[in-house]
Amino acid sequence: MIKLLIRYFNLMVITIFALIVLSFLLPYLFPGDLLTNVSGIVPQSELQREALAKAYRLDQSYFSQFQLYLSNLFSGNWGVSSVSQLDLLEEIKRAFPATLELVIYALLVATFVGIPVGFISGLKHHNPADFSVVTFSIVGYSFPVFWLALLFITIFCLQLQWLPISGRVDLLYEVQHQTGFVIIDIWLSGLDNTKDAYLNALRHAILPTLSIAVVTTALFIRFTRRSTMDVMEKGYIIAAKSRGFTQRQIFFKHGFKNALIPILPILALQISTLITNAMIVENIFSWPGIGYWLIQAIYQQDYPAIRAGMLVVALFVLTLTITIEFITRALDPTKEETARAAV
Amino acid sequence: MNLPKLKINISCLKALFTQKTFYTSLTSKNLICLILSLIAMGTLSGCKPVQKITHNAITYCSESSPAFFNPQLDTSSTTADASAHQIYDRLLEFNPENGKIEPGLASSWLVSNDGLIYTFQLRRNVKFHKTDYFTPNRNFNADDVIFSINRWRLPSHPFHNVNGGSYPYFASLNLSETIKEVKRINGYRIEISLFKPDSSFLANLATDFSVILSAEYADYLLEKGQPSKLDVQPIGTGPYKFVYYQQNQYIRYERHAEYFLPIKGSEHLIFDITTKSSLRMAKLITGECDAVAFPSQNDLAVIADREDLTLLEKPGLNIGFWAFNTSKAPFNNPKVRRALSLAVDKTSILDAIYLGQAIRAKNIVPSASWAYQTNTKELGYNPVRARELLDEAGVPYNFTMDIWAMPVQRAYNPNAAKMAELIQQYLKDVGITANIVSYDWAIFRENLTAGMHDSVLIGWNADNGDPDNFYRPLLTCDAIPSGTNRAMWCNRDYDKIIIQALSTDNFEQRKALYHQANTLLFQEMPIMPIAHAYQYQAVRSNIQGLDINSFGGIRFDDVVKTP
Repeated sequence: MIKLLIRYFNLMVITIFALIVLSFLLPYLFPGDLLTNVSGIVPQSELQREALAKAYRLDQSYFSQFQLYLSNLFSGNWGVSSVSQLDLLEEIKRAFPATLELVIYALLVATFVGIPVGFISGLKHHNPADFSVVTFSIVGYSFPVFWLALLFITIFCLQLQWLPISGRVDLLYEVQHQTGFVIIDIWLSGLDNTKDAYLNALRHAILPTLSIAVVTTALFIRFTRRSTMDVMEKGYIIAAKSRGFTQRQIFFKHGFKNALIPILPILALQISTLITNAMIVENIFSWPGIGYWLIQAIYQQDYPAIRAGMLVVALFVLTLTITIEFITRALDPTKEETARAAV
Repeated sequence: MNLPKLKINISCLKALFTQKTFYTSLTSKNLICLILSLIAMGTLSGCKPVQKITHNAITYCSESSPAFFNPQLDTSSTTADASAHQIYDRLLEFNPENGKIEPGLASSWLVSNDGLIYTFQLRRNVKFHKTDYFTPNRNFNADDVIFSINRWRLPSHPFHNVNGGSYPYFASLNLSETIKEVKRINGYRIEISLFKPDSSFLANLATDFSVILSAEYADYLLEKGQPSKLDVQPIGTGPYKFVYYQQNQYIRYERHAEYFLPIKGSEHLIFDITTKSSLRMAKLITGECDAVAFPSQNDLAVIADREDLTLLEKPGLNIGFWAFNTSKAPFNNPKVRRALSLAVDKTSILDAIYLGQAIRAKNIVPSASWAYQTNTKELGYNPVRARELLDEAGVPYNFTMDIWAMPVQRAYNPNAAKMAELIQQYLKDVGITANIVSYDWAIFRENLTAGMHDSVLIGWNADNGDPDNFYRPLLTCDAIPSGTNRAMWCNRDYDKIIIQALSTDNFEQRKALYHQANTLLFQEMPIMPIAHAYQYQAVRSNIQGLDINSFGGIRFDDVVKTP
């Protein structure tokens, strides 16, 4: 167990280190003035240029610069955006929770729709209902996320005018940024019309959530269905059947848990796909998350922001993936590393 | 979602869960019904039509983030829209209907016979904004006027170098060299004396840029050691006070309860910063925006057709042009500039880019201005002659140049990128390869001011009705460092004519001088005038009181929303 922990810990540390080195190298690879790429400040005078170069140790060796980068990184001094001159760490703290929020919504939808439908479909496989579920899941899985989002906008926002297009909550509600999660922020803002604000936030969340939840739901359905089919053919199920248990008893006592165990980690790993999709969809719905923020930074050639944003997203996905892998392995040490549920 | 279907869903769900054997009873019908129900639940909560909580708020979807909340520091119309008429007032105002100068914070004024001394009587009991970050202790008085003017006028002023220290509008007109002194006579009377008469001086005091700041707030910030906040957390006397700004996202204002004029405007005002014009249009349709900036030309027909939207239209005091960087070879040669102008067919640009929503520009002032010259000469489309001129100037075949296309839409140039592509094709015909270059708006203008371009598609929106507002900031030598002279063109003869035109109040004399300038511009061709566009604004039909302001930034003081 401890050996396993150390192994995963090592893996994580080494990968993180590689990521940090890569992010350190980025400003040297970006086009433009190195000093601006590193500091985010366009020097207005030679004096300032010299002072900045000194502060960022550009006159010293790369190793010394890397040392400084590391210590800045860990002390929370991430520099400023070259376009807005705002503190990058603060900006990321503002944007990242919004992405997480969207991911959580989508994960909830995928879990509460995908898993039950997958079970039902798996139990009654190869009948017309199952075929239609499978068809839906293939279509859903193959849908380009951004196109689906645009389709939703055309139908629900522009044609039917049911739902708003952009943002997390109407700007008329004075929701102050505190935690970055709009649900909590509405509560903390103490508005007179909290209920309206929640309804409004819900209306804003529906389309972005659905846009990214469709792919994940389709995946969840397929994993669950396959796993249920496998489990229900196992010997102990047949044995239980022969003892005269009802189908219902068999499924809830034996089938349910056994079908879920192999797929849960795989489902958890979908979070990183969700984040990627969320970052795409954010741009379409102007959802003020990290994806929206990064794209703006890319448009504006804001290299310090691109560097910091890339690092944060990569670190998050990495940490998440390794942690889930570790928990899976720790819970089920017999499992071979290569064992995966089939789609 | 229609009701009958929902009922079916509910009844089939009931049937589903009352079955004794759960999954064995699952038929395909039941399963489909379950999925339908889940989808229905997902969309049900969105079935109510879009509703606004309050009708006492206006949401304006603007096109970009302002650089500052002080138009003294920036000539971009985004900055002017966000601050000039919301947060601030000026000594004088333009009447939006006829462009005549009217009292603002100055209730009356007097000009001496020699045109050198201007005396202003200031309004009493004008209150500055009271906000979370500052509580004013006194009313507006002469000190505020002196502070506001001296800030940009005197390099020694403690606030002169705060936030960049560049005042492009005033610098382009060389106003700090025109004003001799700003003197306080008493608390509510001020005297401004000039070195030389300037017939556009009053008009300049009424532009968006001549805002009056609070001297008391400035002192307070200086004491706190945060002078840069003056232009970021603004305090003014205007109809709206600043509440909050999140870059690239939104600006929130609240009505100034103690504004010195009675206004009808709503309690809250929100600028929802939406850079994509298609998204602004979409948000206007869904009702997320009450009004939008710069509707795209393609959407105009849609807006005019819809009952819930209104299209406002006005001939604009503007000019879209193609400026050649005359500080660079070969564009320093008038022959090359004339050749490039000859190579491009303006008619097709007017059709394809402005979709006929503009008037062909012959020189730089539009026909709405009194200085417009009807018999002006214009270069036509003649690629053969263009190539001849290029050969004469020694520009080889396959010469490569850059066309910078402004990244934002303006009435005077609704789609610079597309226009650049068109021009690219025309230039190909005369053996010139053109690259199209674009950056983010702030960086774009910074690089332009630095003179990094070969040529640029850009334009100018007038800040006042005086023709000097076109001739001087666009093409005089003083306007190069301030970044409004995009052609980097400096011609002493031209400057002489323009300055001469300012020294007289006689319209006919000024007109003759401006016609002289037109002839010079026709020969030198530092910019190729393209079009004077109509200005458009799209609003929802329940919005009243929003007019297109030909003389600068948008104003919301009388805008109301009916339920």
